[in-house]
Amino acid sequence: MTAPLRLRALFLSLLILVLCLGAWQIAVSGSGATADMDPDYAKLMGQTATTGKSAMPSPLDVGKTIWGHLRDPFYVRGSNDKGIGIQLAYSLGRVTLGYLIAVLVAIPVGFLIGMSPLMGRALDPFIQLLKPVSPLAWMPLALYTIKDSGISSIFVIFICSVWPMLINTAFGVASVRKEWLNVARTLEVGPVRRAFTVILPAAAPTILTGMRISIGIAWLVIVAAEMLVGGTGIGYFVWNEWNNLSITNVITSILVIGVVGMILDQLLAQAQRAVTFPE
Amino acid sequence: MSTFDDPFTPTRSLSRRGCSCGAHGSEAEHDRAAALSEAERYGRVVEGAAMRAIFPEDAGRRAFLKAVGASTAVAAVSQVLPISQVTEALAQGAGALEKRDLKVGFIPITCATPIIMAAPMGFYEKQKLNVEVVKTAGWAVIRDKTLNREYDAAHMLSPMPLAITMGAGSNPVPYTVPAIENINGQAITLAMKHKDKRDPKSWKGFKFAVPFDYSMHNYLLRYYLAEHGIDPDTDVQIRAVPPPDMVANMRADNIDGFLGPDPMNQRAVYDGIGFIHLLSKDIWEGHPCCAFAASRDFITQMPNTYAALLRAIIDATAFAHKAENRKQIAAAIAPANYLNQPETVIEQVLTGTFADGLGKIQKVPDRADFDPFPWESFAVWMLTQMKRWGQIKGEVDYAGIAKQVYLATDAQRLMKEQGLTPPAATSKTFSVMGKVFDPARPAEYLASFPIGRAS
Repeated sequence: MTAPLRLRALFLSLLILVLCLGAWQIAVSGSGATADMDPDYAKLMGQTATTGKSAMPSPLDVGKTIWGHLRDPFYVRGSNDKGIGIQLAYSLGRVTLGYLIAVLVAIPVGFLIGMSPLMGRALDPFIQLLKPVSPLAWMPLALYTIKDSGISSIFVIFICSVWPMLINTAFGVASVRKEWLNVARTLEVGPVRRAFTVILPAAAPTILTGMRISIGIAWLVIVAAEMLVGGTGIGYFVWNEWNNLSITNVITSILVIGVVGMILDQLLAQAQRAVTFPE
Repeated sequence: MSTFDDPFTPTRSLSRRGCSCGAHGSEAEHDRAAALSEAERYGRVVEGAAMRAIFPEDAGRRAFLKAVGASTAVAAVSQVLPISQVTEALAQGAGALEKRDLKVGFIPITCATPIIMAAPMGFYEKQKLNVEVVKTAGWAVIRDKTLNREYDAAHMLSPMPLAITMGAGSNPVPYTVPAIENINGQAITLAMKHKDKRDPKSWKGFKFAVPFDYSMHNYLLRYYLAEHGIDPDTDVQIRAVPPPDMVANMRADNIDGFLGPDPMNQRAVYDGIGFIHLLSKDIWEGHPCCAFAASRDFITQMPNTYAALLRAIIDATAFAHKAENRKQIAAAIAPANYLNQPETVIEQVLTGTFADGLGKIQKVPDRADFDPFPWESFAVWMLTQMKRWGQIKGEVDYAGIAKQVYLATDAQRLMKEQGLTPPAATSKTFSVMGKVFDPARPAEYLASFPIGRAS
């Protein structure tokens, strides 16, 4: 008897999860040698020092912390202490804005490059040079020239997420099948109409692949940018908890960042499926 | 007598000790009971000053008032001195705030205590300011955000405004230090494995961390090492590491020690990673550490807001200076909104009763202290060290830059206004590890060190 593949994969996933959590729990449980300490002195010390408790939290601790955050995600206790929901909203807001600007720039420029081999050749060195630059390298320059940390992080998202979209759009547009373009030409379709009714639908799957890569990059970048700039956002939350050496909260935010990134990716995967066509 | 009491009441004492009318437990309570409008308060300040000048002896004033009555006395004094006009002038000068909603940046360390606590404990509010204190990730970011005017003023390391003004490590922008925040309160923390290497001479090859290149921490650590014959540039490695990274790096065995701000020293002890080798007060008793910094533009464009903000900071610093307030302050600044540390860690730092990491409880009440006065000689010393370690080159106008950046005269004026007693001078001599520093002779001082990069 063989269960369907999906079921078996699910079962295996669960097994891996349980094994990992189990190993983690065992690794961090058990306290080391309890040091001999004057009780007055011990009162001034942390648990790691007094009971030899591992500084790593157990999965149970992390679960409890996650539950605590989920129960009250939107609290505001002053300008530097806001709930994880609010921080996520800030980050998502920045990502959306930076990403949309990138879309607005990348797709028209990509069209231009894809439709004109001359422009493609001319712009290629610039794209190749700027594409691999890390977001953190842009940050000081942005802070210095834009003089506003909020806009700087949006700019960094823009500049980092624009390249995959640009390249994919150009590639998609350039590789539209010659026959279709020739048919359009025979029917004397104008260039604008040709772009929208022939090239765009044909290149859409490739463009969306680029957009999907870009959203992943944008989400990566925001965490780094916010850690650097501080103030608000999920990146700031990680930094603030790290400042407190609270590994539990850092792990919690890693999970949250992962889940949100996955959701963003899935949204674009849906969109991609919607525009894919059978040949 | 409180600054705001009516000096024409014969039963009031003019001395500044205790509650002035005897009916209240403390002067603060007295003040609340005698709440006056702002205009009235300024009137009282002027009248009080006039009466004090006329009657240096309180007994004389009382006799005079009893003999002629208060209203006659007011009329008589007003003839000589136009009290109402003076009052008006003073109220206008300190009145209209150009901007109420301010943003002040801080780094989450105990050095920022006055700036932080002024928010939850209402010191800003008292000056009618609505200040948002914003936690910031690092020194370079706080510098850039203040230069960008996202922050109106900020918590900086006390050498930073000097460096910014001179354009070391950034574009030159005229910057100022209206007040120092804290004195002492730093420490050299070493990793547990160096428990037995307490002699700095055995530290060759160590990797140390300091919070920033332009920091007292850097200069103090270099000074301390050099005094023990260790060249800080060639014999050891000194890296700039943000404070929260220090403990994490020590745990990961990346660094052997750090001269860092609290609470990181105490946090390393709390987590059993390191021990406190030496408090910075034992290198230089009463050294400045962090400063309250603002651009010169802010001061010239918004003089009233600047004065109000500085009054709040000076007030808060004076409050933090008192040992009996420290526990309360620790509770106010430990939560996630501010320092985000266990309360006991902050309390140990501020009260000076702390675990040293080697199994002993030490009691050093002045481990961390708060004193707002921006001595110009502090700035001169920092400049000598910047030159000593090659951060600035060429001829340095020590006294000129110190006077331009460290606003000792302003602090004197505002401290007097608030009934505090500022020092009469703006410069003083002090000694660092037993070596006397004379601010009038910085060049000789610099030349006296065998180890250094000054050319």
